[in-house]
Amino acid sequence: MRIALFVTCVNDLMFPRTGQAVVRILERLGHRVEFPEAQSCCGQMHANSGYRAEALPLLRGFVDTFAPYDAVVAPSGSCVAMVRESYPRLAAGDAELSAAVAALAPRTYELSELLVDVLGVTDVGAHFPHRVTYHPTCHGLRMLRLGDRPQRLLRTVRGLELVELPGGEECCGFGGTFAMKNADVSAAMLADKCAAIRGTGAGYVAAADNSCLAHIGGGLSRGGGGVSALHYAEILAGLVDGGKTDGAA
Amino acid sequence: MSGTGNIVARLPFPTAARNELADAQLRANLRRATHTIRDKRQRVVAEVSDWEALRVAGAAIKDDVLARLPELLEQFEAAATAAGATVHWARDSAEACAVVTELVRATGSTEVVKVKSMATQEIGLNEALARAGIAAVETDLAELIVQLADDTPSHILVPAIHYNRGQIRDIFARRMPGVDLAALTDEPAALAEAARRHLRAKFLSAKVAISGANFAVAETGTLAVVESEGNGRMCLTLPETLISVVGIEKIVPTFRDLEVFLQLLPRSSTGERMNPYTSLWTGVTPGDGPRTVHIVLVDNGRTDTLADSVGRQALRCIRCSACLNVCPVYERVGGHAYGSVYPGPIGAILSPQLTGAGANRTLPYASTLCGACFDACPVRINIPEVLVHLRQSGVDAERRRPSAERTAMRAMSWVMRDRRRYAAALRAARRGSAPLRLAAGRRGVVRRLPWPLSAWTASRDAPLPPQRTFREWWAARERDNTP
Repeated sequence: MRIALFVTCVNDLMFPRTGQAVVRILERLGHRVEFPEAQSCCGQMHANSGYRAEALPLLRGFVDTFAPYDAVVAPSGSCVAMVRESYPRLAAGDAELSAAVAALAPRTYELSELLVDVLGVTDVGAHFPHRVTYHPTCHGLRMLRLGDRPQRLLRTVRGLELVELPGGEECCGFGGTFAMKNADVSAAMLADKCAAIRGTGAGYVAAADNSCLAHIGGGLSRGGGGVSALHYAEILAGLVDGGKTDGAA
Repeated sequence: MSGTGNIVARLPFPTAARNELADAQLRANLRRATHTIRDKRQRVVAEVSDWEALRVAGAAIKDDVLARLPELLEQFEAAATAAGATVHWARDSAEACAVVTELVRATGSTEVVKVKSMATQEIGLNEALARAGIAAVETDLAELIVQLADDTPSHILVPAIHYNRGQIRDIFARRMPGVDLAALTDEPAALAEAARRHLRAKFLSAKVAISGANFAVAETGTLAVVESEGNGRMCLTLPETLISVVGIEKIVPTFRDLEVFLQLLPRSSTGERMNPYTSLWTGVTPGDGPRTVHIVLVDNGRTDTLADSVGRQALRCIRCSACLNVCPVYERVGGHAYGSVYPGPIGAILSPQLTGAGANRTLPYASTLCGACFDACPVRINIPEVLVHLRQSGVDAERRRPSAERTAMRAMSWVMRDRRRYAAALRAARRGSAPLRLAAGRRGVVRRLPWPLSAWTASRDAPLPPQRTFREWWAARERDNTP
């Protein structure tokens, strides 16, 4: 099976370690991962802000780049949701493009879907002796219907204590350009999310989207208190640095 | 023809929201109330095994109505007229208000009782009647609270959701004529008793009642009102004249279709298996109920909305308000921030469409696209899809005008669609942030950035790009692995 990594633009620049984590997890499971260097951005920010004309070339680029592969994996629920849920709508009106999207979209997976559904793995052999809470990000939860796949992966990690996040299904307030256009409402939502996270006593909050995590992590860091935000792939890959202590036994 | 009335925001949403966010009491009231209704709804929806099938059926019936609305409206008019009702048509709120005012004047009454109705709130009927010297008395408890407080509704179902019971007690004490102050505590039973005594006199003396309708059955000419307090039943049966103001999208084709909606609506709105009162009337029934029945069918922007193939799904709405109760934005800012009688997610797609382009243009951005509203909607309105669609319409309409945002979006798209340009831009972004990285020191985050990025750092630290992009790491690894 030819697996291509779609690292996403945010991860490429800001969170390269998450991409490295995906490579390490899949290689450890005996798979070869390819990184087509022609990839850039899925166009989510453009499309969700109303810039369809600007999003379309990025959609075409994505389809051209990844069409040759059996599976495309991305460590981002919202970018995968863009491909699977929004691409068909954006491509409507162009029969050739629609057909290409229809063929590629079902083979585009968020990491936990590839691991659990396609590769049939829930234990990737990781070790992380800390208390962790998981925030199910909106597009993973309600567009991809990831369910508890990421949590199932985290539960098999040695030493990891997974604690429930109260109100976890509630949006953190990021919402792409919403965080800037409606900064005050975004901050109010973030404050409640950070309070819920701190209330769990976890040292780490994990999620499947680094954009939401940058927002949550920025709020946690501003408020102090030592809770770190990180992508769950980095836990699965054993790529978390600094062995900080937390409330976990 | 564009809609008018109490559906046009005066302030941009971010400004209005900031004002509301400053009210800590409001946020506490909203949080408690929305979470209570949300949990109740969750419980009663979970016990219906065919809930998803009901949602699909509800959406399908409404889509059928929207596909042949003119024909069904004429069928409704013929059936209602044959049953003794008089049907009037109004293109916008001014016409609707004029029709109703004239009808009330003809009866000689200077006071009317009202059943809770979104359509009459939308067209600003109470204000229009007041200008004509006619007092409209709201008889729904929450609407009465809002009316006594000289306030505007902040929720579709619970218009006084922004008040707690202590605040309601104060409103009654100050504004309710003849209220028994000694008996008035902030206990719900005491508040309800005060309202009951106040309203009973009105019910028994009123000659004219004004209502909306939840459903209008084309086949039979029947109107339906679904309510909880019995005030509706009083208004619909006691006065001699009944005037109902109905949006043209309230049509259902057959009587049997009510079966679907009478299951979907109460569970989605109040979180009840069944609402306490369902009133149905078909024209005039001699010797029973009102002797004169008028129905005012209102367009007010609905025909324009119907013309948009993506946006028209907003007209499926049955005003249950489930989307408000699950919306994280609504929960923080409340209904007034939306500047329309239709707040929350449904308001963010309905108000801008009813009023046409221009007005309300900040509302489609009042959402993180989290999707909780779509999941809760009993008629499967894909609210996030319509929000994005309306953002797109807004951007397309402004194509010719210069905009910093569009320039940035275009530039990013141009860079990102070419591999070399993109790789170079990533390198430049990483290198460009090097001074910031030095300044950030060991924490590795930035606490303050200049405008416009200050919108981010006002409440959150910003991450910095690490020393190496992913593709640089990958390229180095490929080189190392190549023998």
